[in-house]
Amino acid sequence: MSDHEYTPKSKAGKWFNDRLPLLTLANHLTDYPTPKNLNYWWTFGGILTFCLITQIVTGLVLAMHYIAHADMAFESVEHIMRDVNYGWLIRYIHANGASMFFLAVYIHIFRSLFYGSYKSPREIIWIIGIIIYLLMMAAAFMGYVLPWGQMSFWGATVITNLFSAIPLVGEGVVTWLWGGYSVDNPTLTRFFTLHYLIPFLILGLVVLHIWALHVPGNNNPVGIDVKKPSKDTVPFHPYIVIKDGFALLMFMIVFAFFVFYAPNILGHADNYIEANPLVTPAHIVPEWYLLPFYAILRSVPDKLLGVVAMLSAILILAVLPWLDTSKIRSAVFRPLYKQFYWILVADVLILGYVGAMPAEGLYLLIARVATAYYFLHFLVILPVLGLKERTIPLPLSITEPVLGGSPNMAMAKKKESKIE
Amino acid sequence: MSDKKPERRDFLFTATYAVGAVGAAAVVWPLVDQMNPDASVKALASTEVDVSSLKPGNTITVLWRGKPVFIRRRTQEEIDVARSVKMEDLIHPEKDEDRAKNPEWLVMLGVCTHLGCVPLNDKGDYDGWFCPCHGSHYDTSGRIRKGPAPWNMEVPKYEFVNANTIKIG
Repeated sequence: MSDHEYTPKSKAGKWFNDRLPLLTLANHLTDYPTPKNLNYWWTFGGILTFCLITQIVTGLVLAMHYIAHADMAFESVEHIMRDVNYGWLIRYIHANGASMFFLAVYIHIFRSLFYGSYKSPREIIWIIGIIIYLLMMAAAFMGYVLPWGQMSFWGATVITNLFSAIPLVGEGVVTWLWGGYSVDNPTLTRFFTLHYLIPFLILGLVVLHIWALHVPGNNNPVGIDVKKPSKDTVPFHPYIVIKDGFALLMFMIVFAFFVFYAPNILGHADNYIEANPLVTPAHIVPEWYLLPFYAILRSVPDKLLGVVAMLSAILILAVLPWLDTSKIRSAVFRPLYKQFYWILVADVLILGYVGAMPAEGLYLLIARVATAYYFLHFLVILPVLGLKERTIPLPLSITEPVLGGSPNMAMAKKKESKIE
Repeated sequence: MSDKKPERRDFLFTATYAVGAVGAAAVVWPLVDQMNPDASVKALASTEVDVSSLKPGNTITVLWRGKPVFIRRRTQEEIDVARSVKMEDLIHPEKDEDRAKNPEWLVMLGVCTHLGCVPLNDKGDYDGWFCPCHGSHYDTSGRIRKGPAPWNMEVPKYEFVNANTIKIG
């Protein structure tokens, strides 16, 4: 794993390391050569690790007080909020932590889209990332069901009913998922079990994600390969550790703002009403981080095709490395891709907005156009663009544009001639 | 591999894999099947409802197997509208006569066939039911007329035990 042989200094360290090379691993993580031009968009990997640990720790504590039973779940959450010492704080951190987790993961994904981090040789890192993202959505959805409020119950009903769209076996699958003929106690207990399990699956995948990352090393804003270790790289510690740490502090300020000043702003008031299988809330909306996909689901008038469109919207990301035909990674050198990138960002934001609105009239029309564009971007624009686009010449090394003052070589050249 | 004749050893390998696969499947099945409805859930099969207090134009909602069931005592006007619809205008063609044997009484699962929400009474473009979740419109016979739901609301097995009591299930 390491680029050079490592021998612990102390005799005891050497004895231990010969038997279990943990110190070699620690040394690799410390010295890991990192491109020196990484910007702040690269700090979200560390932030996401923090988010995962936060969710696991707060979740563990909540599980000590929560009761997974249809008759008691809602009350036990109120018990946590009112009676348990600091229960309100722990629950608000956990609930808002999920939103912060998704905020960070979306920035992380869109950073990858901008700088082409999913391209060869990093396809496996990317695919593991998409699996983690899918598991995050599953965990978040099931976690939202646990308080057994109105949104919990009806969200669970709607999402599990998506499986009824499967031809022939759909109804059987849904009954199997529920453990009954509707969302009820058996559903709640299994959701609790899975909600507890998934974070640890994610943790395992994060290890693989980082392992796969450490084989080729980080991509960087210029998107060209770096020789490592060389003058293009700096050791992970202390350089990246400090930078990640600073970004994490900034992120925690945002996190703390939500926890202490607006703990319920990202939730839905209806979830403070206990689940009632006889009354559907007037307007069912999922949590904000699922809204773009919800908009895609609703924009298709056919049940099965709607579900297929929604799943495809996520799974299409897994084959992205092969849909994007351009060999150039960074959007900095792809003037057209850069514009389409920002259109895609706007498109997803629009989908998120209309996902929160009623599915009728103008909103429905906008959702349909935005859905069509989403697929157009991945299935048509990206493959064609890679073949047609005239890219800007790449610099020879990541040091060159840094010294020239611009990531664009032509600009750097211009500056150089001015200096001369 | 292909030009070699299968040997005794190849046979043993294949037989071992096959037995292993059957064994694994036999162990996995109980782990999968435990998630299906258990005996106590299945036991709650039927429920009896007193409908004597229902006036024409009123609906009550009762819980059966964890799901809402609509019982509506329809007005003559609603019955006429439901029975006059042409079959070719329906997404899921079903005669009102088949859905409501006794035309005054419409009994059906109050579950939208799209994604399982509970539709609202006396709402929508067809004056029947309207699902607030994703905008499915049902007529006075509970048949889907507009929106993403694929089927009419389901009519469960039910019978009149006596003039005032309906037994569902």
